[in-house]
Amino acid sequence: MTTNISFLLNGDKISYDIKEHWTLLHLLREKLGLIGTKEGCGNGECGACTVIIDKLAVNSCLYLAIEADGKTIETIEGLASTDGTLHPIQQSFVDNGGIQCGFCTPGMIMSSKALLDENPDASREEIKHALAGNICRCTGYIQIFESVEAAQEKVAANKGGKDE
Amino acid sequence: MKAFKYLSPTTVEEAIAFHGRHSETAKYMGGGTDVIVKVKEGWMEPDFLISLKKIKKIGELNKNNATGELSIGAMVTHATLEKSLMIQNEYPIIYDAVSNIGSLQVRNVGTIGGNLINAVPSADGAIPLIALDGVALLHGPEGERSVAVKDLFVSPYKTILKPREILKKITIPPQAPHTGSAYIKFGRRAAMELPLIGIGVLLTLNEIQGTCTKARICLGVAAPTPMRAFDAEKFLIGKKINEAILIEAGKIAADESRVRDSVRGKAWHRKEMIRVHVRRMGQKCLELINAGK
Ligand SMILES: Cc1cc2nc3c(=O)[nH]c(=O)nc-3n(C[C@H](O)[C@H](O)[C@H](O)COP(=O)(O)OP(=O)(O)OC[C@H]3O[C@@H](n4cnc5c(N)ncnc54)[C@H](O)[C@@H]3O)c2cc1C
Ligand code: FES
Ligand code: FES
Repeated sequence: MTTNISFLLNGDKISYDIKEHWTLLHLLREKLGLIGTKEGCGNGECGACTVIIDKLAVNSCLYLAIEADGKTIETIEGLASTDGTLHPIQQSFVDNGGIQCGFCTPGMIMSSKALLDENPDASREEIKHALAGNICRCTGYIQIFESVEAAQEKVAANKGGKDE
Repeated sequence: MKAFKYLSPTTVEEAIAFHGRHSETAKYMGGGTDVIVKVKEGWMEPDFLISLKKIKKIGELNKNNATGELSIGAMVTHATLEKSLMIQNEYPIIYDAVSNIGSLQVRNVGTIGGNLINAVPSADGAIPLIALDGVALLHGPEGERSVAVKDLFVSPYKTILKPREILKKITIPPQAPHTGSAYIKFGRRAAMELPLIGIGVLLTLNEIQGTCTKARICLGVAAPTPMRAFDAEKFLIGKKINEAILIEAGKIAADESRVRDSVRGKAWHRKEMIRVHVRRMGQKCLELINAGK
């Protein structure tokens, strides 16, 4: 039961022969070698596997690879520039203590990116609501919310600034 | 995960035909947030998964402004409902319920149809649709039939759907003016937790006298299936709604409930929370009515 699918992954066109029962997480990590996306629970509970599919944050552990056919997918590997410069959200997590062990970080950052792409001015409440499915055992969350807010300021400043 | 064949029909008829050919070993899938977990855990072992994602017709959300009827396709995701301004403004009880289902990642994929057909006693999506007198449109090999959402549920994990039947959509009849509605998923934490108890209240008041002409009090996790507190509803009819009346309605609803002790919470606590939150949700309805929403 092999099927060929093609999709856009971090801007690159990918075509791959998949098995119909593979999850997208399995395809990304085990076949394409993109191990930035993490597997925590495997059951939708922790958010470590979060990727962005057609602009929406999704748990790749519960999403069948076959359903990625024709879709646009973003993973943590697609965020930094080719010269290694981190994406403002990534840099912000580094600068504001949003990362400790780092296991939840790719998922946290992808959820944050999906949110800020849609709603750059998200409030603290909206940030909490959007990140409620991303579990972190280290930071206590406050630094994560602050990291997202700092990224908002940075993005606004780069655009000519709203408050500054 | 067990291997299966994935089918993605583009019409309901085609889906039913696929299911007929593979009967015992086929399973429909909406967003898959429940099905995939079950297949991974080995609780479900389909040879064929029939995805309903490509059936465009059952994924539409629209309101007929001429008749006032709302139509929610079974494949509409919780996130689509949550983000809809029409839902936020005109059906706050739906917004209250769907915006706290699981996480955003789950709501971006999970559907209202899957939530109903899953038929867990705690299904957050069921309560508002029952309170709004929703009607489910089912389609099987013998054609279509309509059933009130409140009559869909038989027991935990079991609905009246026949094996090959598909839920196509839920229609909500027009709402009378001066109607308010609200839901609370009560638990330790709303996100990523099943509710300890779910409480939905809908009230319609007579414009001139301000008396209650329609009341719905719907409870999740209060019985093996989502339930209506009919005695409490009856008590409210014809009364001028104030705090004392809502407190009384809360007591009646708590007495009517068939809550149980479970690992997640005690029956006495659930009853207490029904009392408290029937009152609070009733007050929220009044606030919405007064605000002209
Ligand atoms: C981490 C996590 C948290 C969750 N939190 C909550 C929560 O807080 N509240 C809550 O209520 N639920 C919760 N759920 C359960 C689940 O996500 C929801 O019930 C969701 O709405 C199911 O929809 P789905 O489209 O993903 O269903 P699926 O998994 O696709 O299907 C569920 C069932 O319905 C059947 N089905 C689906 N669509 C149709 C149709 N149109 N016609 C006939 N049969 C159909 C399937 O065959 C299957 O038996 C959670 C799940 C996860 C993984
Ligand atoms: S690994 Fe997907 S949510 Fe935990
Ligand atoms: S940094 Fe360790 S889990 Fe979040």
